[in-house]
Order: sequence, then C-alpha cells, then structure tokens
Amino acid sequence: MTVEKNLLYTRDHEWVKIEGNQATIGISDYAQHALGDITFVELPAVGKDIKQQETFSTVESVKAASDIYAPISGKVIKVNEVLNEAPEVLNSDPYNEGWIAIVELDDLSKKESLMDAVSYEEYLKTLD
Amino acid sequence: MDIKKTPLFEEHKKLEAKFGPFGGWDMPISYSGIIQEHNWTRKSACIFDICHMGEFIISGPKAAEALNKIVTMNVEEIPLKSCKYGFMLNETGGVIDDLIVYKIEADKFMMVVNAATTNKDLENLKKHLPESISLENISDNIAKIDLQGPLSREIIQDVLSVDVSSLEYYTFSSYNFLGQENIISRTGYTGELGFEIYVEVDKAVELWGKLLSDERVKPAGLGARDTLRLEMSYPLYGHELDDNTGPLEAGLKMFVDLEKDFIAKDMLLKSQQEGLKKRLVCFKVNSRRAPRNGYKILKDNNEIGAVTSGSFSPSLGYGIGMGYITPEYKDAGTQIKLTDSKVQLEAEIIKRPFYKDGSLKK
Repeated sequence: MTVEKNLLYTRDHEWVKIEGNQATIGISDYAQHALGDITFVELPAVGKDIKQQETFSTVESVKAASDIYAPISGKVIKVNEVLNEAPEVLNSDPYNEGWIAIVELDDLSKKESLMDAVSYEEYLKTLD
Repeated sequence: MDIKKTPLFEEHKKLEAKFGPFGGWDMPISYSGIIQEHNWTRKSACIFDICHMGEFIISGPKAAEALNKIVTMNVEEIPLKSCKYGFMLNETGGVIDDLIVYKIEADKFMMVVNAATTNKDLENLKKHLPESISLENISDNIAKIDLQGPLSREIIQDVLSVDVSSLEYYTFSSYNFLGQENIISRTGYTGELGFEIYVEVDKAVELWGKLLSDERVKPAGLGARDTLRLEMSYPLYGHELDDNTGPLEAGLKMFVDLEKDFIAKDMLLKSQQEGLKKRLVCFKVNSRRAPRNGYKILKDNNEIGAVTSGSFSPSLGYGIGMGYITPEYKDAGTQIKLTDSKVQLEAEIIKRPFYKDGSLKK
C-alpha cells in the first residue's frame, strides 16, 4: 500500500493536495484497494459548494457503493471526466491520473484536521 | 457459532485473497480482482473453492421413489450418471433450497446443496425420508473445486490425465486421479463450459495446486462467481429464492414436474390457478451504475417490487439486476426505475439471460 509523500489525508482515506487557493482531491491507495474493482464514479457538479466531511462523490465497486467525503471545503472548479469512461483509473493510479475533483478553497477549511503522509501511515498501521 | 474454513483456506492466504463471510464460512471473495477473474473465466478458465457447499448420499431400496416425493424434479427419470437441478419445498410451497441430484447407482443418489442451508436441508430430508432409506451427510469429507471456462476440458485432460470429452452437459462420471476414484460432473454456475470436481477432503490442496500449476488457470473467488451467475440470470438462494418464494414466481417451472407428486405440489397448483402474486424479472440499467439488493422498483412512480441481486456486468459494461415485481409489468421492454434513498437509476426489463456468448454447451 503506497502513501504519497506530499499529500494530506483523512481518516476516511481521501487525499488532498493544496496549491495556493486550490486543492485537488482523490482517494488513497488503501481506499482503492479496499474497494476493489471500481466500476463507476459519481462526479460532483462543477460549481457545487462542497463541505468538509460531507459526501461529495460516490464510488461504486463490483461489491458495493461507497460515499467519498470532502477532505476540505470549497467550490468545485474542475472534475476528472476521464473517470466517466474509465473509472478503473482510480484503481491503477489513485494519486495522479485518478484525481476526482479540483476545488477552490474557502476560508472555512480546517487543514489542521488532516494528516500528513507520516501520520497517515501510522494511522494505517492501527487498522488491520 | 464459529465461522468455518475450507481445507483450502491456507492456499487462499498464500494467494493473498480478500476474504468475506458467506453462509457461515470464511471464503475468498477475490484474488487479483473480481473483474479480472470474471473475464479470465469467460476467456480461459478459473478454479473456485466450493468446499463450503453440502453433499449428502441418499441410498437404499426405492431411494428414487422416496426422494421423488421431496424434490420438484423427477428423480425417477434421471438416467444413470446424470444430474438434475430442482428444489425442496416447504409445506407452503416456498423454497427450502435449490440443489442438484446426481444418480450414482440405481438406488444411490448424491444431493449437492447450498452451504448456509445444509442443516435445514438435512432436517427436511430426515423428516420426510422413510427409515429404510439411508441418509449420509458427507459434506465434511468431500472437497468440491469447480473449474469453469472455455478451456476447462483440455485443462482437465492435460493436468489430471483423464478424458472428460464424452461428458455431456449435466452428466458425470467417476475418474481415477490423485490415486483414487473421484466424481467429475459437467455442471457449473458461470455460463461457461465447466466441471465440478469432487475429491476426498485430504486431496483438496493437491488438486488445487495441480490445477493452478497450469498457466491457463487462475483462482477466482465468490465475487466473480456472483457476477458470472448474475450475467446468466441464475438464481442465488437467499436472494431470488427463499422460504417465502416459490419456483413458479422465480420463472423456474422447467425444474418442477407437476405430473408427479411432491411436497407442496398442491400449493404450487393453487398459486398458479389464483395467479402468481409476483414475478422475477431481469433488467439492464442505462449506465455503469449497479442496482443493489433491496432497491425499490418503480413504474410511473409507483412501487412495484424490489431488487434481489444487482451488479456492474463486467462482460457487458453496464449495470444489471434481478428482482420481483407485480406480474402485470413483467414484459420485456418495460421501462422502470430503481431507487434507494440516494440513487435513482433508469432501467429496462429484458429477457433472460443477460450474457449469451458463453461456452456452456460447447
């Protein structure tokens, strides 16, 4: 299970990469592995305001549908439309090609609730 | 109750399988990924650990006659070394289990049943079989490994050095390999050419290893078994069939012989006369999204039924499912909606099966 160095993580296994006032969001390698073969990604609408810890996307695997929670608050400015046709990219490259959305951050985002890569790795060890 | 492990549990661990509970057993759900395993079964061949299923031997004078009163298919018409699919029903006409009966000798049968229902089946057989008939539960002594896929015939030939080329669909024979006589039947649950292999439990690891040593063979778990059977619209006990649902509602009349007597035949005839209250239908979704067990089925915003099985179909690339609805809407072409609190899917009722290109009867 890989943990990408320069990202921040949630306890629900989403990652976020913050650059200026924008953030790219995805799910971690641990999450894609736990979900299994991903068959569908429900992308949020561009322009939608998403709130930290609230559902902003749903990912379906062969076995189940799982909610994806926003790691950060903001307005969706771009979504990864490749996932409409090729949701399996979420399995093969969760940290790069498998990004889900880019948001413009708002002031309400609490970065302190996120874990850095080292803490996330420690957290993963506490899960079986 | 302790969760049970099959004799192949350690093999699955070595292969780093993902496990999950099924019918009281800790079973491999997938190894390399459900879709890969699914596609490999359709293209080459996969092995499935099916040791969790139950097997009984029913024997004695007039065993066929006795068994015939308990199951829906006509046991007396099964030719030697053939098998037949059917049901045991409760007094109200609901399905206790779906099962296969193998005719081993004139007065000797093997019954293969679902894992979760093994004890219930055994109780029902004990209750209804006369004392002159012997009933033996051999589930703990028998390992069952399924080899399924278009290349499975050649693989058995090459790996086990036995010739199964003369086996017709739903027949079986006894073959000498691994130093003993073992049953191989040409049966399965995938829609592909395939075989179910029964060996003594202490030979399970050896058989698994031998089959897996052939590079045309990969292991597949219960995840792929489920998507493969769903593409064929085969019922799964606990989903399409249960104690409160009869075989006629499920559209499985061809496995019920109404010309002979069996438990709850009168209930089936009555339900047929009065008109069936629900019917099982197959539907395809207009997207990659999967309907899930329990979703409501709507027609013009009226609830007409519920989904019993649903998945993304790896072979077809869209969502598929089965469910029970009010009979008047059962015709192919009917547009329906499938919903839970968060999702609403558009779907169309179609004729079974979903997948029509299998090598089943090749």
